[in-house]
Amino acid sequence: MAMSSPQITAYAVEATEFPDLARRYRVTGVPKTVVNDSVEILGALPEDAYVEQALSGVGK
Amino acid sequence: MAGLISPTDQDKLRDAFAEITRRVHLLFFTQTLDCETCLQARQIVDELPPLSDQIVVDEVNFVLDKDKVRQFGIDRVPAIAVTFEDAEGAQQDTRIRFLGTPAGYEFMSLVQAVLVAGGRPSLLSPATLARLAAVDQPVSMQVFTTPT
Repeated sequence: MAMSSPQITAYAVEATEFPDLARRYRVTGVPKTVVNDSVEILGALPEDAYVEQALSGVGK
Repeated sequence: MAGLISPTDQDKLRDAFAEITRRVHLLFFTQTLDCETCLQARQIVDELPPLSDQIVVDEVNFVLDKDKVRQFGIDRVPAIAVTFEDAEGAQQDTRIRFLGTPAGYEFMSLVQAVLVAGGRPSLLSPATLARLAAVDQPVSMQVFTTPT
């Protein structure tokens, strides 16, 4: 997604290595996606559902 | 040093990386002291360049190279920023970052990032690409994973 939009930056975070981040974003299971510190997606979703949720707080 | 990747997997990766059409630079942010996992992460990243002459690892000193640290928005190590050279040889940022050791599933994600940076067409649907093209404000996506 980051490759396809100049506005998007994607971070793959190793949760066990950075417990401070895992705590801050209440990571209780993986994969967990946090978008702009607000939208949270737990688990893997089909592409269309994932994109819709990830960008739900971002204007079209 | 014995490789971390089995000979069979090395062959598979070599085949996959044969698709790469432009040079990929993995900016590896590291520091010598107070980083328990930096060495392990470096060993994993170092497995890639022998599999394709289009993959390069550039080490960036997290403590000393403040300009790059700021440019790529890195706030902890080990970290990797995935970049590539465009047709004019200029460095382009994919805005894909890896924080922590890219082991296990993360390694496969790193391989995918290298492929897409190297010019493989996106696997996303046309509908997704249209939606992404319409994004008009900065979006930060953090995907938390574990090695297993």
